[in-house]
Amino acid sequence: MTDLYSDILLDHYKLPRNKGKLAEETHSMEGKNPLCGDELILHLKLVDDRIADISFEGNGCAISMASASMLTEDLKGRTIAEVQKRIEQFRSFIREGKVPDGEPMDDMTSLAGVAQLPVRVKCATLPWTTMEEALKSIPE
Amino acid sequence: MLGRDVRKDFPILNVKVNGKPLVYLDSAASSQKPNEVMTAYCKFCESRYANVHRGIHTLGEAATGDYEAARRAIAAFIKAPALEGVIFTRGTTESINLVAHSFGSKFIKHGQAIVLTPMEHHANLIPWQQVAKSVGAELRFIPIKSDGTLDLAEARKLIDHKTALVAVTHVSNVLGTINPVGELVQLAHKVGAKILIDGAQSVPHMPVNLSELNADFYAFSAHKMLGPTGIGVLYGRPEILDDMEPYMTGGEMIREVFLDHATWNKLPYKFEAGTPAIAEAVSLTAAVAYLEEIGMDRIEQFDQHLTMHALEKLSAEPKLQIYGPRTFRGGVVSFNVPGVHPHDLAALLDREGVAIRAGHHCCQPLMRWLGVQATARASVYLYNTLDDIDQLVAAVRTARAILA
Repeated sequence: MTDLYSDILLDHYKLPRNKGKLAEETHSMEGKNPLCGDELILHLKLVDDRIADISFEGNGCAISMASASMLTEDLKGRTIAEVQKRIEQFRSFIREGKVPDGEPMDDMTSLAGVAQLPVRVKCATLPWTTMEEALKSIPE
Repeated sequence: MLGRDVRKDFPILNVKVNGKPLVYLDSAASSQKPNEVMTAYCKFCESRYANVHRGIHTLGEAATGDYEAARRAIAAFIKAPALEGVIFTRGTTESINLVAHSFGSKFIKHGQAIVLTPMEHHANLIPWQQVAKSVGAELRFIPIKSDGTLDLAEARKLIDHKTALVAVTHVSNVLGTINPVGELVQLAHKVGAKILIDGAQSVPHMPVNLSELNADFYAFSAHKMLGPTGIGVLYGRPEILDDMEPYMTGGEMIREVFLDHATWNKLPYKFEAGTPAIAEAVSLTAAVAYLEEIGMDRIEQFDQHLTMHALEKLSAEPKLQIYGPRTFRGGVVSFNVPGVHPHDLAALLDREGVAIRAGHHCCQPLMRWLGVQATARASVYLYNTLDDIDQLVAAVRTARAILA
């Protein structure tokens, strides 16, 4: 089994990127995994259709919190359309444990081992599902 | 302390997990099985298997005999006052649902109360929420004191003339609290209420004497007491069961069927619709024989010994939070390591071959009472050793070094 708790993942857990509130947020969304108690809030600052800034607050296991930290790094600066595509890529990456062709997953590659652990998949996907909900809440 | 080395009877203890010898500390979720239980299952299927109560042939007679012998064995094991009150179900959950459905819907009335505790497993909470909703009854909860034991003074006030039923766990699967069920039975009966006891965590670990306890309903599962999955027991007082309607209808539970109506079979068959778990009942007999050979008193003492060792060792770990009473308790120890989510802890312990449970343990209201999202839980049984506990503590240290 791939080691779940790699140095990259632990680094994101212990020193989360973009953690905290956002001064000028335009949108936020709360996500929860009631079964394990993982919870987080995504804060977004949208300028036109681009994520100008993003942060998160939360409590949960190392997998969910590291995944949230990685998400904020990965999505900052992307347009909504790009984010939607990225969510799909992340999903299939977590399902299959394979990096999509030509789309590097960077630090998120450290989550590949989760694909073999059905009970932890929801930890890794919680931030991404919450992001999807956040996008749905934005009027077209 | 157990009188012999039982570990050789459990082949799974030779399995390596992630390259390490297995340290199995999750028996409160489900226990491992000794050779005797597995052999009994196979032998029965190899030489005596047929459906029960139907076949007019040799194997049908043999299987029926073995199945009914299982009922007698389990009745003797819990000292059930009446054999016909011993009903085989699929497990504790189904046993409680049976009572909720067949007793609750008929005998719990609008305006009456069902008294529970906040430490109930969801299986002994949600069925009563459903009954309360459908008949218009009130749910009351005996508070838990800060030491993890029930507040009996409050229980005396809550169990009043409006109470139809008290439903309480014998041993908490999270706190390890052993509840004073004998006193609760008396409190319930004094006001004319019935009492159900969830024995999922007690029957495997201590002598249970239903003739002395005098509870109206008592529920437990085979898979937590060295037996197979898919079978459990409801003991009910026959005079109450007689007045209840069947839980499930179909084959075996009937006496006479006409096109437009039917009459019910006698106890316990009235509550055993369909083909029961026959081979499972037979291997449960083997589990009971195994436990009796060692002796439930000895098992209780042994579990206590391991649990006290675990409490002592874990208490010595800096800042580690331990839940539940410190003395007189069942063989489960729930705890939290600051800075380490229980799910991560369980995953990291698994790397060391140590199997524990992490999560809310189907006790979300109790987690809320403790003020946590989840806990890690180590639970012991007769095949564990003091060394297993030390491995747990070492693995906790390793996990903490990595994450916290």
